[in-house]
Amino acid sequence: MRLALTLAALILVAAAPPTKRLSVTLPDGEGLLPERYGVSADAANSNCLACHSAAMITAQPRLTRVQWGETIAKMRNVYGAPIDPADDKAILDWLVAD
Amino acid sequence: MLTRRALIASALAAPAAAQVDLGFGDNPLRSTTRAFPQKGEMILQRSTPPLLETPISVFDAHDFTPNDRFFVRWHYPFPTEIDPARHRLRVDGHVGKPLSLSLAALARLPRVALAAVNQCAGNGRGMFAPRVPGAQWSNGAMGNALWEGVRLKDVLALAGVNAGAVAVRCGGLDAPLVEAAPDFAKSLPIDQALSDDVLIAWGMNGAPLPLLNGFPLRLVVPGWYSTYWVKMLDHIEVLAKPDEGFWMAKAYRAPANALADIAPGAPAGPVQPVSAMRPRALVTNIVDGAKLPPRGLTPIQGVALGGDQGVKAVELSADSGASWLPAQLGPDHGRYSFRRFRGALALAPGKHVILARATNAAGVTQPLVQNWNPSGYNRAGVDPVRVEIG
Ligand code: HEC
Repeated sequence: MRLALTLAALILVAAAPPTKRLSVTLPDGEGLLPERYGVSADAANSNCLACHSAAMITAQPRLTRVQWGETIAKMRNVYGAPIDPADDKAILDWLVAD
Repeated sequence: MLTRRALIASALAAPAAAQVDLGFGDNPLRSTTRAFPQKGEMILQRSTPPLLETPISVFDAHDFTPNDRFFVRWHYPFPTEIDPARHRLRVDGHVGKPLSLSLAALARLPRVALAAVNQCAGNGRGMFAPRVPGAQWSNGAMGNALWEGVRLKDVLALAGVNAGAVAVRCGGLDAPLVEAAPDFAKSLPIDQALSDDVLIAWGMNGAPLPLLNGFPLRLVVPGWYSTYWVKMLDHIEVLAKPDEGFWMAKAYRAPANALADIAPGAPAGPVQPVSAMRPRALVTNIVDGAKLPPRGLTPIQGVALGGDQGVKAVELSADSGASWLPAQLGPDHGRYSFRRFRGALALAPGKHVILARATNAAGVTQPLVQNWNPSGYNRAGVDPVRVEIG
């Protein structure tokens, strides 16, 4: 009942657009990717964190080396990531080391 | 054994981030966060650009998802300071008269308020089996709100759509860091753009849009997945040719059948842009795997959406779908809104699987078997809830 009233009220007075400036601060990212079982995350850290924070990678399920290879190719070819092909092996070694 | 010193040290290193288990077979734990502006407690999927998921318990308590708990999904960086008085919406392309509209100018058009579910095309991707890469959402990449603004078709009428228009492309203030990356823009077919229900909204549940949900303006495309609901909308371009841009021609495409379904590993067949949503029901008062005390009737409640139609019915089953019991539907806020449901099942002590399925006004019923596709879109099947009574 209360909800129905609120709803009706809203529809009657359909609010005017905002006029006040809005300014917010976003929190930092998750920081660097950690070493995994002795495999260095250096190559992943220097190539993979410019456009999205580490959780884009750490939240993924276990993927195969082939799937991760496709992801790196997508980052490079679609999103314009300047990933040096010479780094691919080190990045992949870390990605599958979980 | 943990010493007091070790406890203090770990508390300093990781300041009390609560964790939730999203129930995925692999990598299910996420932190919750209160660190985002205009947001309460959310499930952190990614900080930058933010991917924030709504905890299912929020749906259990509200018909309209509160703005400070509404999910957030950005592909690219976006401005964090916006002066609505200076914001302009450009309308151009295949039109008689290109426009640059202030919010005040928009507000002179007839105002509309409409309840609609906003759901990410990848909602539930984390539960895909086999798993697929992408944002690993549970079922909280959706929400229901009362959207307020003006009709897109009224804005297009001001500019005058030329004969031969086929689509309307919408873009916002978000922009990729790298120039080579494709700018985010989405197109509606011209018929959809000119329909009554597509809005340019500035209001959400009686307040301005939170910045993370698209302040000061966003597109509202009721019945269609969120990818079309362009945030921080600043450009509308009427096209005389189909949109060949990356986000229409390459991304957000799924197998061209009603359930966007394909067998894992099968050769890719024809694909089409994701568009209309499917009916879904979600149990919100019992977590999968819960242990509950025995009682005569176990109450089951949740939210349903009808996709691009109203919710006609929600049914419950505890015998793998052999028999179904109708649930009672809550208040009807319109065709595109969440509809809450409530029912009860007689569950004897032991293990049970609860199923809730939705049927929409067009007679489309949610299937018991999950659909699958390699991008993790359009999850549409029933999500079983396992419980143990006693
Ligand atoms: C030039 C920018 C850029 C760089 C550098 C980059 N990415 Fe991405 N990545 C993106 C964008 C843009 C997306 C899509 C964002 C979204 O959906 O929110 C994405 C998405 C992803 C996804 C989700 C799956 C998918 O296919 O969308 C994964 C996983 C990922 N990136 C991993 C990586 C890894 C690993 C690296 C380093 C090898 C990397 N990224 C470097 C821009 C980049």
